[in-house]
Amino acid sequence: MTQAQLARSSDPLLAVRDVNVVFGGIVALAGVSFDMHQGQILGLIGPNGAGKTTLFNCLSRLYQPSAGDILMEGRSILSRPPHRIAEIGIGRTFQNVALFPNLSVLDNVRVGTHARTSSDIISDSLRLAWVRRSESAVNTKVQEILAYLDLESVAHRTVSGLPFGTQKRVELARALAADPKILLLDEPAGGLNHEEVYVLGDLIRRIRDDRKITVLLVEHHMGLVMSIADHVVALNFGRKLAEGTPAQVQADPDVIKAYLGSKDQ
Amino acid sequence: MELFTNQVLAGIATGAIYACMALAVVMIYQAIDHLNFAQGEMAMFSTFVSWQLMQWGVPYWGAFVLTLAFSFAGGIVIERVLFKPLAKAPILTQVAGFIALFSIINSCAGLIWDFTIKQYPTPFGSTPFLGSQLISTHQAGMIGITVLLLIGLYVFFQYTRIGLAMRAAASVPESARLVGINTSWMIALGWGMAAAIGSIAGMLIAPVVFLEPNMMGGVLIYGFAAAVLGGLTSPFGAVLGGFLVGIFENLAGTYIPHVGNEMKLPIALALIITVLVVKPAGLFGRNIVKRV
Repeated sequence: MTQAQLARSSDPLLAVRDVNVVFGGIVALAGVSFDMHQGQILGLIGPNGAGKTTLFNCLSRLYQPSAGDILMEGRSILSRPPHRIAEIGIGRTFQNVALFPNLSVLDNVRVGTHARTSSDIISDSLRLAWVRRSESAVNTKVQEILAYLDLESVAHRTVSGLPFGTQKRVELARALAADPKILLLDEPAGGLNHEEVYVLGDLIRRIRDDRKITVLLVEHHMGLVMSIADHVVALNFGRKLAEGTPAQVQADPDVIKAYLGSKDQ
Repeated sequence: MELFTNQVLAGIATGAIYACMALAVVMIYQAIDHLNFAQGEMAMFSTFVSWQLMQWGVPYWGAFVLTLAFSFAGGIVIERVLFKPLAKAPILTQVAGFIALFSIINSCAGLIWDFTIKQYPTPFGSTPFLGSQLISTHQAGMIGITVLLLIGLYVFFQYTRIGLAMRAAASVPESARLVGINTSWMIALGWGMAAAIGSIAGMLIAPVVFLEPNMMGGVLIYGFAAAVLGGLTSPFGAVLGGFLVGIFENLAGTYIPHVGNEMKLPIALALIITVLVVKPAGLFGRNIVKRV
């Protein structure tokens, strides 16, 4: 069995069930459902305003759906506060990068481990033995991730002065530091040149294979989505338009119409 | 020359207090984007608590540590009870909240301990420091404790997990939540630490200005001046601002004619206005650029 077949035979890792989001009178998402399986790279596509980012923000608990449910390993995430999403294994990056601009690369990645470590202010201040042990484990892991993403040379630089492409890698490193089961990538190719996009596609596949992380990819760059995704979901005006393999979705008449328009319009 | 050195050293000593107040102001500013007008009154109340403990027979350092713990807890309680519900309220509502807190604490202190001026002890004594006429042991103690506090805070924020989480939460709260930081508690912790730092300032300055409910008024204005001078977004700048304001205050009082003790406070206010006009971000602050 191939990896994709293996994945489909098990229960979904993440299930989106009839999610509705309404802003005032505007319906941003209407009854969107799909499943994500362990080890998949799922591409979420759609024209501007289709509801991709809205769905993303529901998954990371920045928005509350007005109806429907989102299940992670069979349990609803909708009753969790945003700061308790990282601990169940959901990590994300942002379209415009939301790093801590005045912290160093090292600290940005270090803070990513927050959900996987525990301590209180008293033990922290007194630097008790167990705090020091957990800190050295954190440092080993952070160094490993920095090496993995080729960020060692800028580790002590402040993030705000780095090129956009590097900042995107730092944000990816911060997300990986939390040991996510699912990584949500919001337009990772945005602002990158042709060569960088190619390298990025390779990197996303490597992350999935080396670290067994399931990836949900929102992307405008069709070349990237079609080359690395196992499964594609297309949205338009808040509704699911089509779902299937990249080839199936690319050939779907509704998808073509949404992107290019049709003669009788 | 000796007068000059003397004034500079005395300036550094009072500057240490302004640095503590400025640091407390900046900590809360970083957490909630507003100045806490009641910071001085919180410090004053803490100082009264330590005085009361000493009246009951607790030795100085015991009272010092107990007061730190009391102030830390008190800061957290004030945030949870008063400012967490106001977190999303308009700015003027919050300002009204700070002013209410100011008068409530001030009046409570007057009610419990009345408005008469009290002596407050110093653990360092007021003999000349190391036989030198330039600085007293109490002034040296003020500088020493402030420096220890600053080193401790630096280590805490730079090297501990919670310190890093607090910096992250102050920087971009949305991202901080996504990596699993409970930003609401980080704000409460910031209040607790600011209250504790303020109480140190109160206990160190009380032997100089004497203990009474309005003792921190002038000190807080200097603390604001220091924070504005250094930059409200920079703890390091606030501390340096504190020392600079302390030195400036003393030198102006000594060398500029007609600036006696009465004119020292207007100088602090003039400094605030000058900095805001000339360099609003302060010496070390970041210019905050908002996307529109």
